[in-house]
Amino acid sequence: MSLQPLDPRTAEIFPMAARHLLGDTQLRKNVRHATDVIQNKRRIVVDEMPDWQELRESGKRLREHTMQHLREYLEQFERNCTAAGGVVHWARDAAEARQIVVSLAKSAGAKEVIKIKSMTTEEIQLNPALAAAGIRPYETDLAELIIQLGHDQPSHIVVPALHKNRQQIREIFRREMNLPDLGPSPQDLADAARLFLREKFLTVPTAVSGANFLIAETGGVCVVESEGNGRMCLTLPDTLITIAGIDKVIPRYEDLGVLLQLLPRSATGERMNPYNSIWTGVHPGDGPKAFHVILMDNARTSILADAEGRQTLNCIRCGACQNACPVYRQTGGHAYGSVYAGPIGAILTPQLMQMEHAQSLPYASSLCGACYEVCPVKINIPEVLIHLRNKVVKEKSWADPEAIALKTVASIFRSERRFRAAQRLGRIAERPLVRKDGQGDGWISWLPGLLGGWTQVRDLQSMPKESFREWWEKRAETKGGSDV
Amino acid sequence: MSDARSEILARIARATSTGSPSSWEEIPRDYRQSSTASDRELVDLLTHRLHDYDAQVVEASSSDAATAVAAMLKAREVSRIVIPPGLQSSLLPPGFNFIEDTGLSHAELNQCEGILTECTLAIAETGTIVLQNVPGQGRRAATLVPDYHLCIVDAAKIVATVPEAIERLNPTAHLATTFISGPSATADIEMTRIKGVHGPRFLDVVLLLE
Amino acid sequence: MRISLFITCYNDTLFPDTGKAVVRVLERLGHTVVFPAGQTCCGQMHYNTGYQKEAMPLLERFVAQFRDADAVVVPSSSCVAMMKDHYPKMAEEIGRPDLIRDVAELLPKIFEFSELLTRRLGLDDVGAYYPHRVTYHASCHGLRNLNLGDGPLRLLKAVRGIDLVPIANVEQCCGFGGTFAVKNAEVSSAMLAEKTTAVLNTGAEACTACDNSCLMHIQGALHRQRTGVRTIHLAEILASTEEGRA
Repeated sequence: MSLQPLDPRTAEIFPMAARHLLGDTQLRKNVRHATDVIQNKRRIVVDEMPDWQELRESGKRLREHTMQHLREYLEQFERNCTAAGGVVHWARDAAEARQIVVSLAKSAGAKEVIKIKSMTTEEIQLNPALAAAGIRPYETDLAELIIQLGHDQPSHIVVPALHKNRQQIREIFRREMNLPDLGPSPQDLADAARLFLREKFLTVPTAVSGANFLIAETGGVCVVESEGNGRMCLTLPDTLITIAGIDKVIPRYEDLGVLLQLLPRSATGERMNPYNSIWTGVHPGDGPKAFHVILMDNARTSILADAEGRQTLNCIRCGACQNACPVYRQTGGHAYGSVYAGPIGAILTPQLMQMEHAQSLPYASSLCGACYEVCPVKINIPEVLIHLRNKVVKEKSWADPEAIALKTVASIFRSERRFRAAQRLGRIAERPLVRKDGQGDGWISWLPGLLGGWTQVRDLQSMPKESFREWWEKRAETKGGSDV
Repeated sequence: MSDARSEILARIARATSTGSPSSWEEIPRDYRQSSTASDRELVDLLTHRLHDYDAQVVEASSSDAATAVAAMLKAREVSRIVIPPGLQSSLLPPGFNFIEDTGLSHAELNQCEGILTECTLAIAETGTIVLQNVPGQGRRAATLVPDYHLCIVDAAKIVATVPEAIERLNPTAHLATTFISGPSATADIEMTRIKGVHGPRFLDVVLLLE
Repeated sequence: MRISLFITCYNDTLFPDTGKAVVRVLERLGHTVVFPAGQTCCGQMHYNTGYQKEAMPLLERFVAQFRDADAVVVPSSSCVAMMKDHYPKMAEEIGRPDLIRDVAELLPKIFEFSELLTRRLGLDDVGAYYPHRVTYHASCHGLRNLNLGDGPLRLLKAVRGIDLVPIANVEQCCGFGGTFAVKNAEVSSAMLAEKTTAVLNTGAEACTACDNSCLMHIQGALHRQRTGVRTIHLAEILASTEEGRA
């Protein structure tokens, strides 16, 4: 459990963090179980859609179009939201966003705020800032409550506590809610959360939320959730402060017809999640009397400026790539050192933060493509990973051992003569490392330096006595002519 | 309104200056926008989906709607029930304590056992009921705080798909709108779907045919 | 048909038997195999690790070697995926119009080995005999980038004497991932552990695939653990006949 907020600037590099987490048997079992269940549910509700691929294509094109016209859609959203009684704020970075939220909460006289799960507020580390200003934030999403009471960090963008099982959650609730007799079933735990938060919902006058979609055409905001904690926060308090990345805007109301199909099926494997709330500014006699929305950049415009990285902004935060990722499956989310874990985190974090803070993340993937396959808006995550790897390489010093090795190999491949020589040299160089097994085959079970990772758990068969091309040439000679 | 605004908009303008503009109308929409299902098929599909969410569904004609409502409320042992302003009085059976929501406080709402509403439309494929702040449906808090929600769905208001629903809602997009698909639920603990966290833990539907 | 073989750098160096098997199968089917001698590497390792600049000349070399081919066969789906997914963009970046055109013309003529048999030549049965219990590992690039579908399985099902057993979670990556296997050795090992468990659960004597890269990785663990289960490239199974193995 990590007490410090997940912060790419201070986090361990991925291979080291992964190494620690791989030793946590319970965590690995929990993550495997959760991702298996959610993937199976997703598969069933996706397979029943005859037009899933058409929806994905529309989703992708819709997001691409939005990004290309981001300025006009944001301005349109601002105009319409303001006309409907909302107040729109702009924040260049995390610090400015935190400062706006804190000052709005303070001027509303808030001592406490109730919060809907929002990865954007996690991204900007809002809770410590609120606490520092003397405002106590209550996370109301069940998973976020588990994280908050357990002094833990989210490990998944949709199911932040998926790394905990029911016994672990029960322990947290028993301790933090002072319920020594709490039962172990998920129903008992959900009931405990209901009781714990009920009073807060009915009495705390200020709420903070994220947003799934900002609708430019109407100035409306859409929040998608399951438990009803979102609806509580969106409707019962007097003041609602919504914080959203500028990437959350969509052009028209009609676009919900695409996105409200893609998101629930991809995120939780449901045909529709229990609740979607859409509101537009302030509705007299219904919900908050004051509504603020903060449009936050925090490096999104620099992602927008990168032609190859830009598709990262198309993400609608469904988490399907995390569930499908065989790397995430082994390590869980904390290894990524960021609130955005898994494949989307591996491309988003290095772009949100400056590259030097997240050099290892673009390499935290076997490029298997499972993420791309499930992405509801067809973000080609492997392609972006490779693009970011290229950026990492460009920043490497000439003396970097990996760079020297790879450049040497490249020069070998640029010449047939050098390639042949290297094949011969390899057979000589490997000799001291080769041991014969019972079948008389040569195997290497220890390699030096950068290659040592290979032989941690794997043997390597020794090189054959002749390469294919040597065999081919001999054969051509004995056949009395060349095929080439 | 501030420095930040113009700076962000300028950054966006720079970042998007090279791409080629496209129109919203050019976005391909080859997904299903409508359905050829019959009215009966839509009712059956909606019922099936609602059952999937553990909602109970009964069918009734408009003349015996109140009887169906009474049966549902009795089965759930609910007697203090909020009703939104403008709910059709023909839906209300005698013998229950119906309290009109004329601006009840949160605490007063919390004292009520249930809420009875109509709806704007229902989506068969996803088992979704859509509520808006209009007469007969009311403000959002009223369908949220009480633990039981009984919704009257006129079969004529059922559409097959999400795009059809959005198209129908488009003219009233400015109203506060809530999509409800089953009772409040969570799968945050070991991905087991559990009914009822903060929203109503029980949702039933009376389907009005004809 | 005259078919040009791109053996790939690692098959040439480490798995010549796979190349021999490809030659044997294609010649048995009556085709002529040619081997352009100047070929080396497609550039995948460099490109995927972030060394795009180093991969560019390898693309140029490949195109120069294979430009005039009628069809190119490659016994490695990840190398074919490299070409199909990245060569057009790389050629654009190099900016030579002739290269862009050559790549566009060449790509449709490049086939992964099983793809050549099932899609280009329309064959499922190539007359092979392999009396062993075998499970098939669908490599990620074959599965997702090339959409090989059930092509390799159809070829295997037609093999006489084979006892083909399905593997659990066939779509799950084995954890090789090129330099991933050394840069993230521990996670790669954890992924590999799941894969070898799945292989062992089938009770197969051999695990086959269209990629020796995955197989080298899987074999590395199967051998380290002395499981007695081996790996074999699909081409080598298809080359085996009652008269003998390739």
